[in-house]
Amino acid sequence: MIRFDYARPDDVAEAVRDGAGDHVAYLAGGTNLIDLMKENVARPLEVVDINRLPLARITDRDDGGLRLGALATNADTAYDERVQSRYPLLASAILAGASPQLRNAATNGGNLNQRTRCYYFYDVDTPCNKRVPGQGCGAIGGVNRIHAILGASDQCIATHPSDMCVALAALEAQVQVTGPEGDRTIAFADYHRLPGDEPWRDNNLKQGELVTAIDLPAEDFSTHYSYLKLRDRLSYAFALVSVAVAMRLEGDRIADVRIALGGVAHKPWRRIEAEEAIKNERPSDTVFDTAARALLAGAVGQGDNGFKIGLAHKAIVRALAQAAAGTPQSQTDKRIR
Amino acid sequence: MNDAVTIDRAAALRVAASPIATLPLSLTINGEARTLEVEPWTTLLDLLRDKLDLTGTKKGCDHGQCGACTVLIDGRRINSCLKLAVTLDGAEVTTIEGLGQPGELHPLQAAFIEHDAFQCGYCTPGQICSAQGLINEGHAKDRQDVREQMSGNLCRCGAYTNIADAVLDAMEKQA
Amino acid sequence: MNAPHKVGIGTPLARVDGADKVTGRAKYAAEYAVPGLLYGVAVPARIAKGRIASIDAAAARAVPGVVEVMTHENRPKQAWLDHSWKDELSIPGDPFKALHDDRILFAGQPIALVIAETFEAARFAASLVEIDYEAEAHNVDFDTSLGEKFLPAKGMRRNTYHPPKARGDAGTAFDAAALKLSGEYRLATEHHNPMEMHASTVEWRGDGKITVYDKVQGSQNTQAYLAGAFKLSKKDVRVVNAYVGGGFGSGLRPQWQVQLATMGAILLERSVRVVMTRQQMFYHAHRPECTYEIRLGAEHTGKLTSIYGDATTSTSRFENNMEDIVTWGMMNYDCPNAEGHYTIAPRDTYTSADMRAPGAATGMALFEIAIDEMAYEAKVDPLEFRMVNYSETEAMNQVPFTSKALREAYREGAERFGWSERAPEPRSMKEGRELIGWGVATGMWDAQFSKTSARARLSANGDLEVASASSDIGTGTYTVMTQVAADTLGLSPDRITARLGDSDLPAAPVEGGSWAAASTGAAVQLACRSVAEKLFKAADEVEDRPLWGAKSIDDLDFVDGEMVLKSDPTKRVSLTDAMRAGGLDVIEVEETAKPGLSDMVSMARKARNTHSAVFVEVRVDEELDQVRVTRVVNAVAAGRIINPRTARSQILGGVVMGIGMALHEETFIDRALGRWMNHNYAEYHVPAHADVEDIDVIFVDEPDPEVTPLGVKGLGEIGIVGTAAAVANAIYHATGKRIRSLPITIDKLLEVAP
Repeated sequence: MIRFDYARPDDVAEAVRDGAGDHVAYLAGGTNLIDLMKENVARPLEVVDINRLPLARITDRDDGGLRLGALATNADTAYDERVQSRYPLLASAILAGASPQLRNAATNGGNLNQRTRCYYFYDVDTPCNKRVPGQGCGAIGGVNRIHAILGASDQCIATHPSDMCVALAALEAQVQVTGPEGDRTIAFADYHRLPGDEPWRDNNLKQGELVTAIDLPAEDFSTHYSYLKLRDRLSYAFALVSVAVAMRLEGDRIADVRIALGGVAHKPWRRIEAEEAIKNERPSDTVFDTAARALLAGAVGQGDNGFKIGLAHKAIVRALAQAAAGTPQSQTDKRIR
Repeated sequence: MNDAVTIDRAAALRVAASPIATLPLSLTINGEARTLEVEPWTTLLDLLRDKLDLTGTKKGCDHGQCGACTVLIDGRRINSCLKLAVTLDGAEVTTIEGLGQPGELHPLQAAFIEHDAFQCGYCTPGQICSAQGLINEGHAKDRQDVREQMSGNLCRCGAYTNIADAVLDAMEKQA
Repeated sequence: MNAPHKVGIGTPLARVDGADKVTGRAKYAAEYAVPGLLYGVAVPARIAKGRIASIDAAAARAVPGVVEVMTHENRPKQAWLDHSWKDELSIPGDPFKALHDDRILFAGQPIALVIAETFEAARFAASLVEIDYEAEAHNVDFDTSLGEKFLPAKGMRRNTYHPPKARGDAGTAFDAAALKLSGEYRLATEHHNPMEMHASTVEWRGDGKITVYDKVQGSQNTQAYLAGAFKLSKKDVRVVNAYVGGGFGSGLRPQWQVQLATMGAILLERSVRVVMTRQQMFYHAHRPECTYEIRLGAEHTGKLTSIYGDATTSTSRFENNMEDIVTWGMMNYDCPNAEGHYTIAPRDTYTSADMRAPGAATGMALFEIAIDEMAYEAKVDPLEFRMVNYSETEAMNQVPFTSKALREAYREGAERFGWSERAPEPRSMKEGRELIGWGVATGMWDAQFSKTSARARLSANGDLEVASASSDIGTGTYTVMTQVAADTLGLSPDRITARLGDSDLPAAPVEGGSWAAASTGAAVQLACRSVAEKLFKAADEVEDRPLWGAKSIDDLDFVDGEMVLKSDPTKRVSLTDAMRAGGLDVIEVEETAKPGLSDMVSMARKARNTHSAVFVEVRVDEELDQVRVTRVVNAVAAGRIINPRTARSQILGGVVMGIGMALHEETFIDRALGRWMNHNYAEYHVPAHADVEDIDVIFVDEPDPEVTPLGVKGLGEIGIVGTAAAVANAIYHATGKRIRSLPITIDKLLEVAP
């Protein structure tokens, strides 16, 4: 771990001042940043400890939505009564990820900004364009069982590791950020990036910007939803493929639906066409299959991870069925409903 | 901050040779108020083990992937390997040494012995602290809940079924 | 009259080291507070093969707190002859010598040690050491290495290796068989991953003496090894391993961290600690990858007529690690024709190593999958198939067993599991969207016994200490020693202290291979019997000679701190009274348990093995192929059980690791870079708590006074053997998908149509 200067601001303005400049990292729960620093993947020269900022509250919004403070922990968010009753998809996705200890420390803002689990990114003795631009990608042609099938580039095939973000994508959350140039709001779909030619950029935060909150809109997806996660063991493992579904039925038809995938791309993967294709349809496996095809169109394997395409297809169909039936996947009972 | 965290070697070398400034840190550890001076990059785990000789808290991976380093911060379980000590100024830390000692064992400690919920013993302090955290959280009602909510603690000796027995037993007794 | 009550062999005594472990007082290798301690962090090699062109440590040395950067250029003297680096379990070849020269033999090889006043300074400085390499072509791919596979010449084989012994004519019988099966079976590379990372604290005691707190499975092995490698006198090296946070074989041999820490201490004449990182743990010992071609021939009835096996396992380029893979199937089944072949394939990695039930865990599991396939081929219930081919004798060497209660294990296990309710056809049991499968497999391991010494010391107040340089890697040796002593002398366990894990104690071998309980237990019993003899003699001095009439200690019961005349239990003498009467302040004896002449004869004429029958229920999602292991019954025939509580835990642990072998564990290697890639606990999956539901352990009755002095066979390995096969077979029964390559990850299931 590199040596760094340490600052502990008490308010947001001070934090933003401390966060200006090169080689600065904001430190919240630390569950990803400290890990990366120990691996010498992250080597900030200044660490700004933002844990004292007043950003840990979860508050109701005037429009009926909910504001999740960036420093509220994943656990406090998942077990918050309002989140449980109004955004159970989010609660479920959070509880599908990591471990209770990690969720107690990890924050909502940190969850958004966690970095890929790619083996090569994590091992400084291997090439990685995300870690060192221009170095090449070890995963392409290497060991890539856990890598992306969608939206990858010839520079990077890493995936975003979050479960929470998959639900946030489906819920069309908005990310509130502040920075040297003031406050702004980023739609969740625009927050994370595909790797393209700049794989070192995970998201669209500008230098020195800080996430302050995540806003959840007021729509009601509390009955028909599911978060289905497939992984190599039944708990405490990153997703091979995960699916977040938020659905609203009117009568026997799908009035609204959102589908986001985790574990398959550099960001939570959504395609509006896939959702539009099944709106106003009656729920059925045929309809779900249509959505899955549209969502996975253009998916390609990299060698070891080709299985994810078929797995994702089946998982989408099942998660849609779970949501339509109002029988969301339990994160405790591992039997897939 | 994506690219900001990658720095060149020259910058690293400048930092390398710079003198070290320690920071003051106040912690209550197992009920005892401690005033310490720490380097900012010292984790709570290394502080406990190397500087305070509280070696009951174990290092199994140093990356938040095994749970052996689990301690309670203000009653909540966390991985102490991923916490810089300096960030915890003012916190109350409970380690395995603070839960109970021979002759006055904590109910979880007694239950772990009774149910033979360990073999090599290396993950055990983390398991027990984690179990106390689980009880404090109050989200576990049955065996299935316990199994899921104890999954952040790996046990390579494979004592899981006995650990579940021990935790459920202690939950009943503490209820 | 009070019935004699005592804690003895067969009592479920709670682990005697339990209180120390649950309170955090138990000290492991990296936890001894040593004044003036320095911390060493190893710098690993990036490349898999070549040489170090240059090392630039200037930046590292500039870090405040750094004391030294030790490399092959400035390390202290090492022995030159490979012979000096041999350890108790050495493998033929050139043992790995850290910082020996500029050669790189495997990626991750430690090529420098940064030593600093704090761990943090050493860790940071280690990241600043710049190495230039001259890389050479490497191969780390197992399949490619098969092109170079070979059977080492006789003098270059491991002494644990048993060449397969053919019988009949397997080829002809296979050609003529009514039912034929042939296939290639695979096991991926696995890593031991004990929870405690390999660590050594070397305390520099001045005048050339060191105390080494080492994570290793044998203190005296490290002691002799360090003395040889660094030209020290054995008496100047004390090694302590009082608590070991798991081993599973990774600590059978001293690992490189103890070399580095010792060299650092010698170089600086200061105390040095080196702890491997979890990542570095992946760049040393591992279970070899295996390919195993199996051909079986059978009659329509399911009677086996031909067994043919040809296996290859991976090793390094510098040592010939070997396992027994094909022999297990040849030994276990009654079949007139059998033939086996075995080779090893070298690759540019660290040498593979023994990992829990080495050879058997791999060979038996893969063979038991093939057996299951043949049972379906023959349309015979898989359990019945094993009965049809049951061998009363050890079929490869054609010798009787000292005991074999496998039939009882099958029966009791099947009954507990409810096997008779099983629907025979695959995909025929279902609940909701989950297919249910029941599978069975057989386990087999050696019952071994090694020469071991122990000391017993009885104080005038009746406190007893028993001691041996044995190890307790979680296996329960402390408890076994206490119990055997309590049994022999009739003392309460709280009056007994068991000491182990210290090279100063009476000689004991490395702990592994399931021999510790039988061997250390026998040594403790011998020592305690010697104490008993002396007490009996001293009792003669007690007024009225209450024990008059007893000819030897066999005429006495030792209960509740007293010697009691068997023929007249009213006649008794307390141990303390006897000592007082005999004028004894202390009784101290040391004894050595070793195979006697009759044991040698028995060993030559009889096979000594543990057996098990493993029954597994899995539930597999019919579309998504997510597998859950919902129920396991493991019925074990392992002779006498000293402690049912700790014994059960041993089997539970083996079963859990077997579930890992079946479903999770696989280390991936990058062929181009020559590096293990998933070198952490997040991406190398060992079973988590949620993966383990219900495990039931049965110990079937198997009295066997011949196998070892206590009738104990050992339990460290048998729990894993067969478990992975039972899971694989259950998956087939559930899904109709036969996966011949372990682990059975979701991608493999998705690729196969039912």
